[in-house]
Amino acid sequence: MTTITTTDTSKSRIDLTRPVLWLFAAFMIVLIVLPMSWLMLYAFTDKARHPTLQNFVTLFTDPAFLDPLLTTAIIATTSAVFCCLVAAPIGWLVSRTDMPGRQTIRALVTASFVTPPFLGAVAWELLAAPNSGLLNQLYRYLTGAEDPLFNIYSLTGLIFVISCYTFPFVFVLVANALDNMPGELEDASAILGGKAWTTARRVTIPLALPALIAGALIAFLQAMTLFGSPAILALPAGFHTMTTKIWSLFQYPPKLELAAAAAVPLLLLTILLLQGQKFLLGRRGFSVVGGKYGAPRPIEMKGWRWAALAFCLIVLLNPVFLPYFALLNAAFSPNATTLVTPSTATLHNIVFVFTELSSTQLALKNTVILGASTATIGTILALVVAYVTTRRVIASHRVLGFLATAPVAVPGIVLGVGLFLSYTRPPFVLYGTLWILLVAFLTINLPSAYQQLQAAFATIHPELEDASRILGATRLQTLRQITAPLLRTGVIATWCFIFIGVMRELSAAIVLFTSQTKVLSVLIYDLNESGDLAAISVLGIAMLVITFAVVLAVNRIPVFGGGAAARLRNS
Amino acid sequence: MEGRKLSRRDILQGSVALAAGTMFASPVRAQAPEPVAITPDLVEAAKKEGKLIFYSSMDLPVGEKLGKAFEAAYPGITIQIERSGSERLFQRIDQEFASNIRAADIVNSSDASHFIVWKKNGWLMPFVPEDVAKHFPESYRDPDGMFATSRVWLSSIAYNTNLVKPEDAPKSFADLLDPKWAGKMVKGHPAYSGTIMTATFQMVRELGWEYMEKLSKQRVMQVQSSTDPPKKLSLGERAVMADGNEYGIVLLKEAGQPVEPVYPVEGTPTISGPTGIFKTAQHPNAAKLFQAWLHTRQTQQFFIDFTAQYSVHAQVQSKPGRRKISDIKLMKEDAEGVEKMTEEIKTRYARLFRV
Repeated sequence: MTTITTTDTSKSRIDLTRPVLWLFAAFMIVLIVLPMSWLMLYAFTDKARHPTLQNFVTLFTDPAFLDPLLTTAIIATTSAVFCCLVAAPIGWLVSRTDMPGRQTIRALVTASFVTPPFLGAVAWELLAAPNSGLLNQLYRYLTGAEDPLFNIYSLTGLIFVISCYTFPFVFVLVANALDNMPGELEDASAILGGKAWTTARRVTIPLALPALIAGALIAFLQAMTLFGSPAILALPAGFHTMTTKIWSLFQYPPKLELAAAAAVPLLLLTILLLQGQKFLLGRRGFSVVGGKYGAPRPIEMKGWRWAALAFCLIVLLNPVFLPYFALLNAAFSPNATTLVTPSTATLHNIVFVFTELSSTQLALKNTVILGASTATIGTILALVVAYVTTRRVIASHRVLGFLATAPVAVPGIVLGVGLFLSYTRPPFVLYGTLWILLVAFLTINLPSAYQQLQAAFATIHPELEDASRILGATRLQTLRQITAPLLRTGVIATWCFIFIGVMRELSAAIVLFTSQTKVLSVLIYDLNESGDLAAISVLGIAMLVITFAVVLAVNRIPVFGGGAAARLRNS
Repeated sequence: MEGRKLSRRDILQGSVALAAGTMFASPVRAQAPEPVAITPDLVEAAKKEGKLIFYSSMDLPVGEKLGKAFEAAYPGITIQIERSGSERLFQRIDQEFASNIRAADIVNSSDASHFIVWKKNGWLMPFVPEDVAKHFPESYRDPDGMFATSRVWLSSIAYNTNLVKPEDAPKSFADLLDPKWAGKMVKGHPAYSGTIMTATFQMVRELGWEYMEKLSKQRVMQVQSSTDPPKKLSLGERAVMADGNEYGIVLLKEAGQPVEPVYPVEGTPTISGPTGIFKTAQHPNAAKLFQAWLHTRQTQQFFIDFTAQYSVHAQVQSKPGRRKISDIKLMKEDAEGVEKMTEEIKTRYARLFRV
């Protein structure tokens, strides 16, 4: 029915849809295909660009490369398991029980998501460096022990810190799945005599499982491709991960061929995992989301309510309360890891960062410009692609959808290498401008933005649009007058999501920045290199304040209607 | 280095073989441009540009204080300091030039061998400030006028006085191999820091790779920049600093932090940091003004007073109460040697320390 209407109207008047869409397709090909082609070209050729496999031979015969590969696999696997173990129960408690403070817990998980992982890593240095860390100092003070309780400069420490800032990805998926699960199915099981555990085993868990598996895979990918936390914690601990190894290949004299080749296993592994996810989820057709069902009945926790809340709060000590405390303390402390008292508190660090540190203003400005423009362009791009794919506007909509999803398979640092190779030489010299960072951030954030908006489109019935088209509106008019207003909360949430993503991003930026295009994440990384922890704390807090302020402000723009904040928490 | 002490005079006369004197002492000497004084015209032209981008590896608070002093001396010119480890800056400058990006106006590196490469590439602009021509020893300025040594400093050992008693403290590099220091040391990384690159070269020359191999078995905490070990030491994160900026230690000690420098009996690695202007500078007059200002007697005196480094300006006095460089047994510099060994040091170091 939809298709027929489309053909009829496009015959009778000029429809701009197609040219616009092809333009988008071309744009996305440039965005993704170009850097990946350069990457492959470098990986499979020598300096003179003659085809060779030597780069891979060099890499795979060198223990200095195989060790990081193995380490990365261990980190990614254990972090993913860890994240699921924490996120699943919290997701269930928040979504399906009468635990008190459920909204607060959701907000705190959002706070851990908003916190850039590299900032979390620095905060955990302040807390758990074996000798100077605040927690270790406290432990020694209380017990008189000599040995430290925690050592953040270790494989375990790194896995812990990565998990702290990866579990929100799993939480969001699990909580969403549980939120949207029809209560009737569980009721039916209960009515038919199923005990609580039987219902959980036969209904709830199987229905939530796909979300959990998807979450585990996302956590795995995040942990595998993260750059900041390993760069900050692995070097002092004396080991490399794949991302830090790739970065070290940029050291002078840069070994770009090896860097490109080292990126290939990461790329392949990611593609393999995403295929695996598709295969796992594809076999079970759970189409329960989107229909009209009764809200699930909250499970009464009775006496356990407060214990459950305590559990959630204890978990959230790690990504939120303790690190924020450490950062605040360092910001006012004379030497970063001395507990501040009213008599020792100093404003020196704040004065230094805002009046003496000459890169602060530039980095702040660049970050906000990039955050806002990436979020705006990214949302528009994702909106159009999501529209085309959900409404099947053109025959090749699948290609467009694929292009929008493909960057998921490209880790940040790999994309950084690819973009560096693509845009540091004519015809497109973007290196040294904010454009190359915009392209990078756009590419990195497109897949999740697209998936969010695709889900949002799925909730709007096409009949509303058809009505508009029948009454004579063009497709673009329909989109503007009917679809867009219905989508606004989804759009806001996506915008915020991308903005936060830009603030968090370090792995591509570290390869692509120059002195004039420095962003906050890179500035913080540089400050960590020289051990200026107090300055990092001040900048980090400023960064968090800006992020929260922008997200809150955007949610209050009257045109879009308020209340999207709740939506963000759920998306 | 036969273990003799270098006097200040020795240093000034160039027994410390720096890039300039030993490598470029050649007939081209006459090509250095006429020395330039700070004239009102230069100041005016610099103010018109209004901005200066300075790539430097100096400890951040130190570098920013220098920048503020320049801004105060010449209101209307803002200075943006790009601070990072010298080896990272070197890599970035290479990347930027390869892509035709001319961001850096002027650079101060803690790896003097970088200037060999930049000069060879033809990237530097000849410019000789009056003070450099009059008061800087020949071995500390390029005969073609491409750069001059703005500062000299050391990479020493140090310890935290809360954690180590003076009598137990290591006296030499050899002492650091004692098992009692295993897991208790912090050091910088030659692939990120020019100071550590230069120091590692000198240590390897004097003590051999076997020394580094043994040191690598001591479970050393590995940080990046040479400005970080003094900070980790003062936090008490580690008891002993195996290498890192001595000036950072002196400044922290003067600020009341529990740290104490040790000048190892084998000699202390010596580093000099030249400054030069890029031919492609977007703010050439501001760069010239900065270069001239940085090497005046006043600025050099002010600089060593607040940074605890050393100046080769003939008229600069060391600050009362501080140890004189002539009282310290030094390891000899050799920028050309560093340049030849850079890759080997990066590769072998990474293999030994696994990062």
